[in-house]
Amino acid sequence: MSTMTVESFRPVAQRKPKTYLTEGGRTLSSWLLTTDHKRIGILYLYSIIVYFFIAAVAAALIRLELLTPQGDMVTSETYNKLFTLHGVLMVWFFLIPSIPAVLGNFVIPMMIGARDVAFPKLNLLSWYLFNAGGLLALYSIIVGGVDTGWTFYTPYSSSFSNWHVVTMAAGIFVAGFGTILTGLNFIITIHRMRAPGLRWHRMPLFLWSLYSTSVIMVLATPVLAMTLALMALERIWGLGLFDPKLGGDPVLFQHLFWFYSHPAVYIMILPGMGVVSELITCFARKQIFGYHYVAYSSVAIAILGFLVWGHHMFVTSQSVYAGFAFSFLSFMVAVPSGVKVFNWTMTLFRGSISFQTPMLYALGFIGLFVVGGLTGLFLASLAVDVHLSDTYFIVAHFHYIMVGGMVTAFMGGLHYWWPKISGRLYPERLGQIAALITYIGFNLTFFPQFVMGYLGMPRRYHAYPGEFQIYHILSSAGASILAVGYVLPLLYFLWSLKYGKRAPANPWNATGLEWQTTSPPPKHNFEETPVVTGEPYQYSPEAEEEMVHG
Amino acid sequence: MAEARTALAEQFEDMPQQLEASRQGMWTFLATEVLFFGGMFMGYIIYRHIYPEAFGAASKHTIVLYGTINTAILLTSSLTMALAVHAAQESRQRALFRWLLVTVFLGLCFLGVKGLEYHEDLDEHLWPGAHFRADLPPQSQIFWFLYWSMTGLHAIHVTVGVVVLSMMARMAARGLFSTHYHTPIEISGLYWHFVDIVWIYLYPLLYLINRYS
Repeated sequence: MSTMTVESFRPVAQRKPKTYLTEGGRTLSSWLLTTDHKRIGILYLYSIIVYFFIAAVAAALIRLELLTPQGDMVTSETYNKLFTLHGVLMVWFFLIPSIPAVLGNFVIPMMIGARDVAFPKLNLLSWYLFNAGGLLALYSIIVGGVDTGWTFYTPYSSSFSNWHVVTMAAGIFVAGFGTILTGLNFIITIHRMRAPGLRWHRMPLFLWSLYSTSVIMVLATPVLAMTLALMALERIWGLGLFDPKLGGDPVLFQHLFWFYSHPAVYIMILPGMGVVSELITCFARKQIFGYHYVAYSSVAIAILGFLVWGHHMFVTSQSVYAGFAFSFLSFMVAVPSGVKVFNWTMTLFRGSISFQTPMLYALGFIGLFVVGGLTGLFLASLAVDVHLSDTYFIVAHFHYIMVGGMVTAFMGGLHYWWPKISGRLYPERLGQIAALITYIGFNLTFFPQFVMGYLGMPRRYHAYPGEFQIYHILSSAGASILAVGYVLPLLYFLWSLKYGKRAPANPWNATGLEWQTTSPPPKHNFEETPVVTGEPYQYSPEAEEEMVHG
Repeated sequence: MAEARTALAEQFEDMPQQLEASRQGMWTFLATEVLFFGGMFMGYIIYRHIYPEAFGAASKHTIVLYGTINTAILLTSSLTMALAVHAAQESRQRALFRWLLVTVFLGLCFLGVKGLEYHEDLDEHLWPGAHFRADLPPQSQIFWFLYWSMTGLHAIHVTVGVVVLSMMARMAARGLFSTHYHTPIEISGLYWHFVDIVWIYLYPLLYLINRYS
C-alpha cells in the first residue's frame, strides 16, 4: 500500500479493533460518567432528540390550530404557551447544542488529531448542566407553562406573567452555563491540542466555524444569563430595572436580551456553514475555493454579529440614528455570508459532483440559506421593517435560517459522520428520499408564510381573518411532510445500528484526520498522534488514486 | 517527579501544554465573567445617566467606612494570593500553605464586614420595594436594586473563591504542589484577582459618587 498524507497512520483493523463503544465498558454508568468526547457527543444527541420531539409536538399543535381561522382547538392562552414552549426548547435545547455539542464534540478532537478535548470532565459537566436546565424548563411547562414567547419581553414577563417564568428562566440560565463551558472547551482545545503540523491555516473549515461559534458562546451567553436573572429578580420581588413605575425602561431588557440573542442567531448558523464546507468539498471532489476567505468570513460574522442587535428594535423607542447604524451594520453581515455562498458555488464549479445524502442536504442548505439571508436584508431595511415587524414574514425568515439552514446542515453532517459515529452505513437510497422530502416539506411549510406575512398576517395569534386561511393550510400541509422527513432518518438510523452494513474507515474517501482512524474510533482516537503535512481538502486525481489503492 | 507525572491528565502530551491550556481556559472563563457582570454595569451606566440626582442622593446612604475597610481587605488579600502563587512556583510548601490560609481568612473578613453592612442597610430601609425609605426619590430604588444585586453577586463570587482556596490549602498541606505542578494554584489565583478587580469598580461606583457635593 502507498503512503498516506498522514505519515504515522497504520490501519489497525487486524481482527476486532477496540472501539469507544466497547472500551471502558457498556454499562449505563460507563456512559453517564464518561469523559470521552465521543460518548458525550452521543449523550447530547439523545438529549436533543428528546427536546426536539417535544418542541415538534408543540409546533404540530400550533399548525393544527391554524388550519382554521377561528381559535377553536386551543384557547389563546394555551396557544401562547405552545409557541413559547416551541421557541424555548428549539432554540436553547435543540439548535444551540445541535451541531456544536453533538457533531463538534464528536469530531473536533479527531479533526485536530487529539485524544480528547482539553477539559474532558468539564465537557461532561456541560452535559449535566444542559440537562438540568432542560428539566427545569420542562418542569415549568408541566406545572403550568409560560406564555411570554421565547423572548421574555418585559414588563410582560416581569409584571404580568405567571411565576413559572422564573423556573423557565432559571432553566435557560443553567443550560447557558453548559453552553459557555462547551465553548470554552472548544476554544482551548483548538488552541492547544492540535497535532504537530496542523497550523491554523491547515485546519478544516468546520473548525474555523466552531471556533467562531465558541467565541460567541463565551462572550454572549453570560449577558443572557444576567438579563434573565435580572428579569427573574424583578418578577420575584416586583422591583427593578425594567419597571416603568419606578423609572425603569422595558426597552433596556430588549437591548440586553438581543445583545445575546442576535449573536446567538449566529451560534445557530455558523456551525452549519462549517459542516457545509466539509460536505461540498468532499462530494464535489475539489479543494475549497478561497480557503482563507471562507475561514475568515466565519470570524467576521462572529464579530459583526455582536454589533447588530438593535435591528430587533426598529419599531421601539430606539433612536432613528441608532437605527441607521444598526441597519447599515446588518447589511454588512451579508458580505461575509455572501463570500461563503459564492465560494461554495465556485467549489462546485467543474467539480466531480455526486448526489449522496449529505450532499443533497448541503445543496439544500445553500438554497435555503440564500432565501433566509436575503429576506433578512428586507428586515434590516428601516422602512420595510416597519411594515414587516411582528408578521409571519419574520417567522418565515428565521425558520429559513434556523431550520432551512442549521437543521439541514445538522442532518447533512449527521449522515456524513454517521459511519464514523456508529460504525455502520445508513441506507443511502432512503437517505436521499428523506433529504428530498425535507426540502419539499420545508419550502411548502415556510414559503407561504413569507407571502401571508407580507400581506399583513401578524405572528402569535391563534385566530385570524379568513383571507389568510389558504396560506395556513399550505403551511400546515408542508409541516406534515416535513415531519415525515425528520421521522424517516430517525427510523433508519436506528435500523442501521443493528442491520446496517459495517462502515470502512473512510467510506466517502474524504480527507481530514477523523477519516484516518477506524470506524468507530478507539477511545483515544488514534494509535499514534498523527502528523499533518499539508493543507486540508486535497481532493485531486492523484489523491483519489492513492485513496482507492490505499 | 512521580507526583508531577501523575498530575498530567491523559489528554495532554506534557506539563507545559497542560499548564498553558488551563491558564488560557481560566482567562477565557474570566472573559465570560466580565460579560456576566457587564449586564449589570450596563444597567448602572444607563440609569445613572438618566437619573444622576437620584443616584447621587441614594449613594450617600451607602456606608463608606465599611466599603473602604473592605477595599483594603480585598486588596491585601490579592497581595497574599500573589505571594502564595510565588511560593508554589518555588516549591516552598509551608509558605504556600500559610499564604493561602491568610487569603482565605481575609476573604472571610470581607464577607463578615459585608454582612454587618447589609444588616445596617436593612435597618435603614434601603431594600427597594414597599418599605423603601420615603425621603429618597423613587428612582433611587434602581440604585439600591443595583447595589444589592451587584454586591450580592460579588459576594457569591468571594464565597466561591474562599471555598476553592480552602480546598487548595488542603491540597497544599498534603504537598501536592511544586515547581513542576502548580496549575490549580495559578488559576485559582487568577480567579481571586478577578474578584478583587470587580470590587475595585464597584467601590467607587456605589460608594463614592457625589460624596462631596
